[in-house]
Amino acid sequence: MYTFDYQRPATLADAVKLHGASDEASFLAGGQTLIPTLKQRLRHASVVIDLGAIADLKGISVSGNTVTVGATTCHADVAASADIKRAIPALAALASGIGDPQVRNCGTIGGSIANNDPAADYPAAVVGLGATVHTSKRTITADDFFTGMFETALEPGELVTKVSFPVPRRAAYMKFPNPASRYAIVGVMVADTSMGIRVAVTGAGPCVFRIPGMEQALTKSFVPSAIKGIAVPPGDLNGDIHATPEYRAHLIGVMAERAVAMIG
Amino acid sequence: MVKIVLKVNGAERTAEVEPRTLLVEVLREKLGLTGTHVGCDTSQCGACTVHLDGRSIKACTFLAVQADGRNVTTIEGVAKPDGTLHPMQAAFREHHGLQCGFCTPGMVMSALAMVERHKGKPLDETTIRHELEGNLCRCTGYHGIVKAIAAGAAAMTGGG
Repeated sequence: MYTFDYQRPATLADAVKLHGASDEASFLAGGQTLIPTLKQRLRHASVVIDLGAIADLKGISVSGNTVTVGATTCHADVAASADIKRAIPALAALASGIGDPQVRNCGTIGGSIANNDPAADYPAAVVGLGATVHTSKRTITADDFFTGMFETALEPGELVTKVSFPVPRRAAYMKFPNPASRYAIVGVMVADTSMGIRVAVTGAGPCVFRIPGMEQALTKSFVPSAIKGIAVPPGDLNGDIHATPEYRAHLIGVMAERAVAMIG
Repeated sequence: MVKIVLKVNGAERTAEVEPRTLLVEVLREKLGLTGTHVGCDTSQCGACTVHLDGRSIKACTFLAVQADGRNVTTIEGVAKPDGTLHPMQAAFREHHGLQCGFCTPGMVMSALAMVERHKGKPLDETTIRHELEGNLCRCTGYHGIVKAIAAGAAAMTGGG
């Protein structure tokens, strides 16, 4: 790692101020991506601003039809939350499948979506469930938040504070994990929400995306066979040593059908 | 340099560290606790697993400064002070849960965390294998480890 300064502010205002005072500041949430990239010198930070002491950023609350997860809430806490298991079981299940137990004890929802790794699980939940991302400056709808590979609508120094999920009527997430890293080779969230049926795919493309064709077909008939044959062109999908674009295109259909079948 | 205070295996320890110093480096190089191993150093293998405030983490992917003021338990804090093995450690020996032993400290720390997390619920083979996703072993093929954790968990909860 290159050297850096370390700050551990107690308030959101101080964290944002510290970031503004430095050219190359990095926010540190769970560190499960930031620390490995710093170790590999893929990234340099003049100052690392640890968000771990800001109490307001952490925690889970359910009120009415909304589940709100604070930005520095770790995956293990989302997975184990009785409130989330009751309100949005698919969200708890998704969190329980991220990485491994040690990673889930550190990694956070805010860190995951701000990083926007193309193979991360949370973007599928945020887009699939039609969540709203709250930041230190504004609120951003899920459809506007993820803009490209490792890119989001966040401006420099803008910090995710919480994510609010409207409770869907029903939802399921199915993923085909890389057997070593547990990252999604393809992950599909299917949700029946007050905004309509939503199908969000992670792992397959440069960034999470929806499949309007499947959403329309499922609106007419919510059965797995309704989306059989609705293909995503492999041209825009990722290819690597683990899976070709064609294989990922195939897996999207399989995972989407399984998610619909799971919902029943 | 930054001065940090950690409670390690129940005792207060202080260390002077750089902000970029990893928790595992402090444990091994400053505090002499070399039972916590560095295997892959890329957050995959789990040989560096320790407990931070009772939860398992990978100490190669955690800054020492983040742990300032918190409780850390390492493999050295598991057996009794007189050397009597913890029931989980004894189960690893009894059930051939190790060959070369390099991954063992991390395996034991993960095993203890999973028993804690599943308190009161049965720890069956499927659950144990799922919970071991963050720990790699290149010798045993895992079978002995899974048996050891099941037996250790039973011994800890008085069922075995």
